[in-house]
Amino acid sequence: MGEMEQMKKEAEALKTQIEAARKAAHDTDMASAASGVAPAPRVQLKTRRTLKGHLAKIYAMHWCTDNRLMVSASQDGKLLIWDSHTGNKVNAVPLKSSWVMTCAYAPSGNLVASGGLDNMCTVYNLKTPVIKTVKELDAHTGYLSCARFLSDTEVLTASGDTTCALWDLETGKQKTVFLNHVGDCMCLSLSPDMNSFVSGACDSLAKLWDIRDGQCKQTFLGHTSDINAISFYPGGNAIITGSDDCTCKMYDLRADQELITYQDAALNSGVTSLALSMSGRLIFAGYDDFNCNIWDSLKGEKVGVLSGHDNRVSCTGVPPDGMCVCTGSWDSFLKIWN
Amino acid sequence: MSGSSNIVAMKKIVQQLRFEANINRVKVSQAAADLQQFCIQNALQDPLLTGVSSSTNPFRTQKVCSFL
Repeated sequence: MGEMEQMKKEAEALKTQIEAARKAAHDTDMASAASGVAPAPRVQLKTRRTLKGHLAKIYAMHWCTDNRLMVSASQDGKLLIWDSHTGNKVNAVPLKSSWVMTCAYAPSGNLVASGGLDNMCTVYNLKTPVIKTVKELDAHTGYLSCARFLSDTEVLTASGDTTCALWDLETGKQKTVFLNHVGDCMCLSLSPDMNSFVSGACDSLAKLWDIRDGQCKQTFLGHTSDINAISFYPGGNAIITGSDDCTCKMYDLRADQELITYQDAALNSGVTSLALSMSGRLIFAGYDDFNCNIWDSLKGEKVGVLSGHDNRVSCTGVPPDGMCVCTGSWDSFLKIWN
Repeated sequence: MSGSSNIVAMKKIVQQLRFEANINRVKVSQAAADLQQFCIQNALQDPLLTGVSSSTNPFRTQKVCSFL
C-alpha cells in the first residue's frame, strides 16, 4: 500500500476512534440533565437607547471594559466611539478602507482596532490629542473577519485566508499563526483565562487553540454551514456557536462534544452574531431575519425576542458587568436593551 | 511536486487527528452538572436575568425635578 493510502486509512481510523470516544462520554443529554433546573423567566427587554449616527450598514461593535464606552464599525467608513449612558458620540475614527468587517476595544481603553476587505488590522490610539494610527498589521492574504486585543501589545485576528494570528503590536509582526481550518475563519473568542481561544469558520468547524504554542487542541463538529459567531461560556468550559445553518450550538470543552442545539422549525435565517449574559444562562443571538432571539442556554428553549431593527442584526454584545445587551444592524442603528 | 506536498499535508492531518484522539473526555453528565451549577450560582448577579431596577439602571433616563 502506498504511503498516501496508508495515511488515509489511519486518518479514517482516528476519526472513528474520536467518534467512539465521544459516544462513550455521552452518558446523558443536556436536556435530560437540565430537567430539574427551573426554567429561565420570560425575558422582556426594552430599548433604552437607539444610537443614530452611522450612515450605512453596521458590521461590528465591541464594549469597552469600563461598561460604558463602545466602538462600532460601519461601511460608511467610520468607527464611532459611543458613551452608552448618554447616547453621545465621543469619537469618530475615519477609516482608510470603508469595507470594514470587525472592530475591537483594547481592555485598557487606550486602543481600538478595525479590519475588513483590506486584509489588514489597523490599530488606533484614542488617547493621543488627535487619534493616531499606531500600526497596520499587514500579512493576512484574505479579509479580516475578527480582531481581539489581549493587551495593548498583543492582538488576535481571524481571516478569510483560513488562518488566525497572534500579533506583536510593537513590531507589527505575527508571533504565531494558527493553521488548521480549511475554510474562511469568521469569528474568534478569547477564553476567560486568556490562555486559549476558539475560532469558527466556513468549514463549519469550531476549533480550540493554545495561544502560546499555536496548537489546535480540539475540533468541534456538528454545524452544516459557516460558523459566523462564537463565544466562550463565562466559566470557560463551554462555547456557543452560531451558524448559517440557522442554529446555535453549545459544545463542552471537557466532554469534547456538542451538548445542545438551539433551533426552532420556524427559524430559517442564519445566525450572524451572539452574546451571553453574565451567568451564561441567556444567549442573545442575532439573525438575518432582523431579530435577536433570546435562548435559555441550559434548557434550549427560546425565552424572548428583541425586535426593533429594520434590517439584519449583524452584531451583539453584552458589557462585562452584564447590565444590558447591545444590538447593531444593517439598518445603521445600534440599540441598547435591558 | 504536488505529490509530495499532498503527502506532507496528509501527514499533518494524521498528526492533528492523533493529538485530538488522545485527549481525556469528561462524561456529559458531569460536564452538564458543572455548567448548571455555574449558571445557578451566578444567576443572582446576572442583571439581564434578574431585571434591573430603574433606580440602579444607568440606561434609564433620570427625570429631574426642579423648582422654577
